[in-house]
Amino acid sequence: MDVAPRLVWRTVTPVLAREGLNLLRFWAFAHTLSVTNFVSRDLEGWGRYPVETCRVARPEKRRDVAMAAQSDEVPDIIARGLGRAYGDAALNDNSGVLLNEKLNRFLDFDESSSVLHAEAGASFADILQTFVPRGWFLPVTPGTKFVTLGGAIACDVHGKNHHRDGCLSNFIEEIELLTANGETRILTRETPTEFWATVSGMGLTGVILSAKLRLMPIETAQIATTYTRTENLEATLAAFGSDEDFQYSVAWIDCLASGASLGRSVLIRGNHASKSAVRGENPLAFAAPRGKKVPLDFPDGALNPLSVKAFNALYYAAHPDAQKLVGFEPFFWPLDSVSGWNKIYGARGFVQYQCALPFETSRDGLTKLLETVSRAGQASFLAVLKTFGASTPSPLGFPLPGHTLALDIPASDGIVEFTHTLNRIVFNHGGRVYLAKDATLDAEMFRQMYPRHEEFAAVKQSLDPQNRFQSSLSKRLQIGGAA
Amino acid sequence: MNEKTFGKGCRVLILGATSGIAKSLAREFARHGFDLVLAGRDMDEMQTIAADARVRYGTKSEIVPFSATDFESHPEFWKSCGALDGVLCCFGVMHTQNEAENDWQKAYAMIEVNYSASVSILNIAANEFEARGRGFIAILSSVAGDRGRRSNYIYGSTKAAVSTYAEGLRARLFASGVSMTTIKPGPVDTAMSFGLDKLPLLASPEKVAADIYRGVRRKADVVYTPAPWRFIMAILCAVPSFLWKRAKL
Repeated sequence: MDVAPRLVWRTVTPVLAREGLNLLRFWAFAHTLSVTNFVSRDLEGWGRYPVETCRVARPEKRRDVAMAAQSDEVPDIIARGLGRAYGDAALNDNSGVLLNEKLNRFLDFDESSSVLHAEAGASFADILQTFVPRGWFLPVTPGTKFVTLGGAIACDVHGKNHHRDGCLSNFIEEIELLTANGETRILTRETPTEFWATVSGMGLTGVILSAKLRLMPIETAQIATTYTRTENLEATLAAFGSDEDFQYSVAWIDCLASGASLGRSVLIRGNHASKSAVRGENPLAFAAPRGKKVPLDFPDGALNPLSVKAFNALYYAAHPDAQKLVGFEPFFWPLDSVSGWNKIYGARGFVQYQCALPFETSRDGLTKLLETVSRAGQASFLAVLKTFGASTPSPLGFPLPGHTLALDIPASDGIVEFTHTLNRIVFNHGGRVYLAKDATLDAEMFRQMYPRHEEFAAVKQSLDPQNRFQSSLSKRLQIGGAA
Repeated sequence: MNEKTFGKGCRVLILGATSGIAKSLAREFARHGFDLVLAGRDMDEMQTIAADARVRYGTKSEIVPFSATDFESHPEFWKSCGALDGVLCCFGVMHTQNEAENDWQKAYAMIEVNYSASVSILNIAANEFEARGRGFIAILSSVAGDRGRRSNYIYGSTKAAVSTYAEGLRARLFASGVSMTTIKPGPVDTAMSFGLDKLPLLASPEKVAADIYRGVRRKADVVYTPAPWRFIMAILCAVPSFLWKRAKL
């Protein structure tokens, strides 16, 4: 051998060996530092019905999300946020669930446009904590602040301001979506097909990694609230007529009242209070309500027609017509201050039933629904009624111009049949139920209530041809061609 | 001259900034007005952590690439960090006992990262802080280092070494006014422990970070987090060896 090649050999070999060893070491460490292994865990929705054993992974870094989403350890997978969907939307029986809660970072905030860019696991509670003191509020808030941005987009949540401001998607400027082939897609209104399928797509188009959300400027942390008591459904619906004066409007409805007072309600409506209306040094100051906790399951039947009737009567009596300033926390989320309130329905859990009915048929439909619930003595501790504004372009969008009724029904042996009775009424009146809360719908009824399901399936097919993203909900309802 | 040594405007270096506890520590120190120097390998992830701190608290952050096991690079790395008020040493690796018993590379990885790398970088930090007479150092050890358990003793022994190193260093630095805090967390709900069943007193990284912040601020010698671990470990440390070796722990 010549001298020159030998010299090269001598210098290059040790370098290669060292680099190779380093690479090996790096791999060994990287392997432990990015845990994308799946483990079995019993999961439930917020209604605690059903409970399913799922295979879960919880990535802590962005790149680990893609690894978990594509892992062959599970046949299919669905992303899950804080588990506030009531039914099985974020469950996947015996298959993959991707816990997104650790990816909760704020990426950017542009004060001039009020646009917040955040990872999908960021919770609404966290956003409020950070931005209310600076004078911004969430543009749309569902019934709990313990939801993630990603979950809120996948369900396209609505709030008490839907009649004026529409769904959350109205304020979403951009969605960063991880698709089945590992690509990251930026979805905006320039890509309407994918954007509107991902909005209220129940996580079936991919994993939402981050999104840009336009916040709403506020002057104070108070809501100027007006309480209006109505004597029956007729009066309640009539009172909604003045909704345009209020950004937020909802009616607590006594669904055990019957006969002449069927549908009696307390309307709770309000607007963000202006600075001049609020005393005190810092109008944006707010104190999170003292956390109370439900320590144990209530015994089954603790909430029975008698106890709920008593509660409802008390609540109705305690809310005469009045106007006052209420902090935004108790105004929007009276239940969030009681951690684990879902345990009051006992170990069997409950079904949250929410439907939307078009204006033309809503009075008739609501009457029938309330009569059915009242007659069955199904104790709904919490029932709310509100007006919906326009629908979104989403093929699986829930809201439609009309009224929406939400109630809790304790899980019992006849729960599925009972909700099917309600479904029939809803469908016959041209309405539909909300997938984020559903646990009992069947595929046939789903297709009827969501006539644009094929349009959704086509988009899903193009984004996810192998049907990688599935949930117990999508399998039950055969959404997107899932069998 | 009354120079501020802890609090708003101070600069803290977080080594292994993308580990589960370190992320929460970054938020906690940023919340209290610290500027951050984030050191680790995953640059994208560190950018994200820095962005988060900036949006939440207006934090100034710097990102510096750092490889724990590239010992030769440590002096150069230290210089590139600039002036620092404190160091939080958070990198670490845990393999299961079974893996570490049967695969030397895995056992060695823990020794190299958890112990050798800590000594390498903290020697440098200690020399500088001692010379100028101020600064704080904290290192993540573990309750696993207090006793050797049959189920986790290779990892545990690397943490025992870290604790002993820190104890000696603390004694050395005492006269110069530099604090050395040993952190002994119990199991924390991060990727390191995710999926391991039935962990006693599993703590959230946020809670652990808050405990660590308070401990470092009051220049504590040893911080157990959550606090009951101090009591539990005191009892376990009192068990004589002839009993300990028979215990299935």
